[in-house]
Amino acid sequence: MNGAKALWATLANHGISTVFGYPGGAIMPVYDALTFYPEVRHVLTRHEQGAAHAAEGWAKATGELGVCMATSGPGATNLVTGLADAMLDSVPLLAITGNVASHLMGTDAFQEADITGITLPITKHNYVVRDVAELPRIVAEAIRIARSGRPGPVLVDIPKDIQLAAFAGQIPAPQARPEAPAPNPEALARARELLRGAKKPVMMVGGGSLDAAAEITALARAWDIPVITTLMGLGTFPASDPLWLGMPGMHGSVAANRAISEADVLLGLGLRFDDRVTGRVSGFAPHAAIIHVDLDAAEIGKIVRTHVPVRGDAAQAARLLAEGAQPLPRAEWRAQLDAWKARTETPGHWGAGYAVKAVVDRLRPDDLLSSDVGQHQMLAAQLARFEKPRRWINSGGLGTMGFGLPAAIGAGMAEPGVRSVVIAGDGGFQMTAQELATLKMYDIRNVKICIINNSYLGMVRQWQELFHEKRYSEVWLGDSNPDFVKLADAYDVPAYRASTAEELPGAIDAWLANPKSALLEVVVPHEHGVFPMVPAGAALSEMIETEPARPGAPTPEASEA
Amino acid sequence: MTPEQPTPDHLLSILVRDEPRVLTRITALFGRRGYNIKSLSVGTTEHPGVSRMTIVVSGDRGVVEQAMRQLEKLHDVVKIIDHSLEKYVDRELVLVKVAINPETRVEVRQIAEDFRSRIVDVGRHALTFEVTGDEGKITAFIEQLRPFGILETMRTGRIALTRGSNADIPAHVYHPGETQTLQPVLSAEPREERAREVPNLF
Ligand SMILES: Cc1ncc(C[n+]2csc(CCOP(=O)(O)OP(=O)(O)O)c2C)c(N)n1
Repeated sequence: MNGAKALWATLANHGISTVFGYPGGAIMPVYDALTFYPEVRHVLTRHEQGAAHAAEGWAKATGELGVCMATSGPGATNLVTGLADAMLDSVPLLAITGNVASHLMGTDAFQEADITGITLPITKHNYVVRDVAELPRIVAEAIRIARSGRPGPVLVDIPKDIQLAAFAGQIPAPQARPEAPAPNPEALARARELLRGAKKPVMMVGGGSLDAAAEITALARAWDIPVITTLMGLGTFPASDPLWLGMPGMHGSVAANRAISEADVLLGLGLRFDDRVTGRVSGFAPHAAIIHVDLDAAEIGKIVRTHVPVRGDAAQAARLLAEGAQPLPRAEWRAQLDAWKARTETPGHWGAGYAVKAVVDRLRPDDLLSSDVGQHQMLAAQLARFEKPRRWINSGGLGTMGFGLPAAIGAGMAEPGVRSVVIAGDGGFQMTAQELATLKMYDIRNVKICIINNSYLGMVRQWQELFHEKRYSEVWLGDSNPDFVKLADAYDVPAYRASTAEELPGAIDAWLANPKSALLEVVVPHEHGVFPMVPAGAALSEMIETEPARPGAPTPEASEA
Repeated sequence: MTPEQPTPDHLLSILVRDEPRVLTRITALFGRRGYNIKSLSVGTTEHPGVSRMTIVVSGDRGVVEQAMRQLEKLHDVVKIIDHSLEKYVDRELVLVKVAINPETRVEVRQIAEDFRSRIVDVGRHALTFEVTGDEGKITAFIEQLRPFGILETMRTGRIALTRGSNADIPAHVYHPGETQTLQPVLSAEPREERAREVPNLF
């Protein structure tokens, strides 16, 4: 057995069934050895960034490790965006890269890049394997690190000579995930005391709570506390529950942002108070005593002052906090929240929001919904009604355009029986559009792509409109966009188009009814904003609730005339 | 404007696995988050595979706690000791080259003797002293010599150990007798052990 086979044997032993990757010179022994391990499926994407995002999609949908693979130099550097994305969103990811032979490392050899140096700040940990005897142990350790505690990406760089070297040792078995430290009982007691005295409590749950949905739901109902789910936490609390207030932050709901601004106790579970959530920190939850539960001690007190820090697993902490709960009469608070909730606008007239709503209204509770990045992402986050966690696959922390399609492929491959819908913009879709080939190659049938085509880099255009006096600099795509239906056709992906509210329902029906993966392009008006919006640097209470009137904004058509 | 308060210094010992890029990982973490390292010294320990870094950072308590919690997450970090929480001994070695002339030679030597400093190099116009001590002693020594004309100084950076018989490196860090490798970052139980080294950890 050589190092390359030892790698596959270790991956197989750890139950890895699927690896997304792209071959090249420095990883050829690994691809050669792959032919001996039919139990592991390799999925050839059309770009290493696609491989990384597909592995992320797999991991975000299942909670299990995603694995991606690339050759040295340009292959490895193409993984970088995916690794940074996985780091910020705490996604368990293993990246395997080939590298030039050990004796060439550090000599600027052909296709050499110092990938461990490059990825140092965007991985949880990384390794260069210097001795074949260490290879399986390192891979096993990398898997353990990626999955344990706060999950994250780990990279293992394997020089070509190590892949070829003879290996005679044991292939390690997977280790149990270490248990999270139990939350401090004293801290829990203080938290309960605060909740008991709260008149306007609110709970806020993030991506660190995805696997604690049942406990969090029980906790909220036991204390009768309204729940806000962050962009990363959508689905952790059922949207149909009257206690749900929506998403907080820059494009959060009126109810969520007002509740935070008024709350006297804020219980945060598994979230990191990102600046898109808090707005201006000094104006965040100004009246609230903050209880923060997180597995990662470094997150507690990092951004906001915390009155009761609780280090621990969200599920365990939620279960313990629910003990001795006493729902208190908070009729006034509930009435206030309901009034704010009533301000939720549903997009009434034709536009991006209308189209996104029409699509997300057709989702079934088990369906996966991925998004790319931009206005369509915020609209989907605002309008989709998730009943379960791990159905919303999106790039929250890094905001990576090009994430949507490959992530939907990865999630869809993890759950082939489930519909994997992706909403993308005309801009971001083109960053990884070549992954349509991956759909074709593996005859993937459950990926449903919806492009919201506003002919603009819409989100940037919105900021230019609001904060740069409508100087629309380098955001117009209308003259150069491809014909998306023809583009899909070139990859044998059936495609549909709707350009009016009347055409949309029929197009959605045909798109979803097609037994194959299919694409739907919805052509929408060019200028359309996402509201509510908290301008960058403002406090949540300074939210702009509805779209300002737009007196004859200049359009490219108008300037052509 | 309030007059600027000098930010306090914090003395940390960080025990790390002796592997490539450890130093980069640690200093990069400080750098990225904007914590300024005032002094850094690294050396091996009595345990093969474990190195010890002494870092002096300036910043208020919150900054230092955040730095420690970020450090604690690194796979390479075995243990962090914040010396402000216990009694410790610390030392720094400094080489000081002072200008002399026939009139000042005796006086300079006398100051050095008072500080139990050794002469390590004698030139016609300069003497080089070696002085070891804690920060106060070294600062006082340099201040005494300053009027004569300091030509060059080089400091090693501070190093520290906790006082008493407690060893800073817990026994479980190491497989006794076995291969030269650390236990894989010490599995679940010792990880918690490390967490307890971070102060105020709930
Ligand atoms: C890789 C990358 N480059 C640039 C950006 C900045 N950015 C954020 S949203 C956006 C516009 C996205 O436009 P589009 O994909 O058409 O979606 P829309 O906002 O119109 O829905 C841009 C350029 C980004 N998030 N990611």
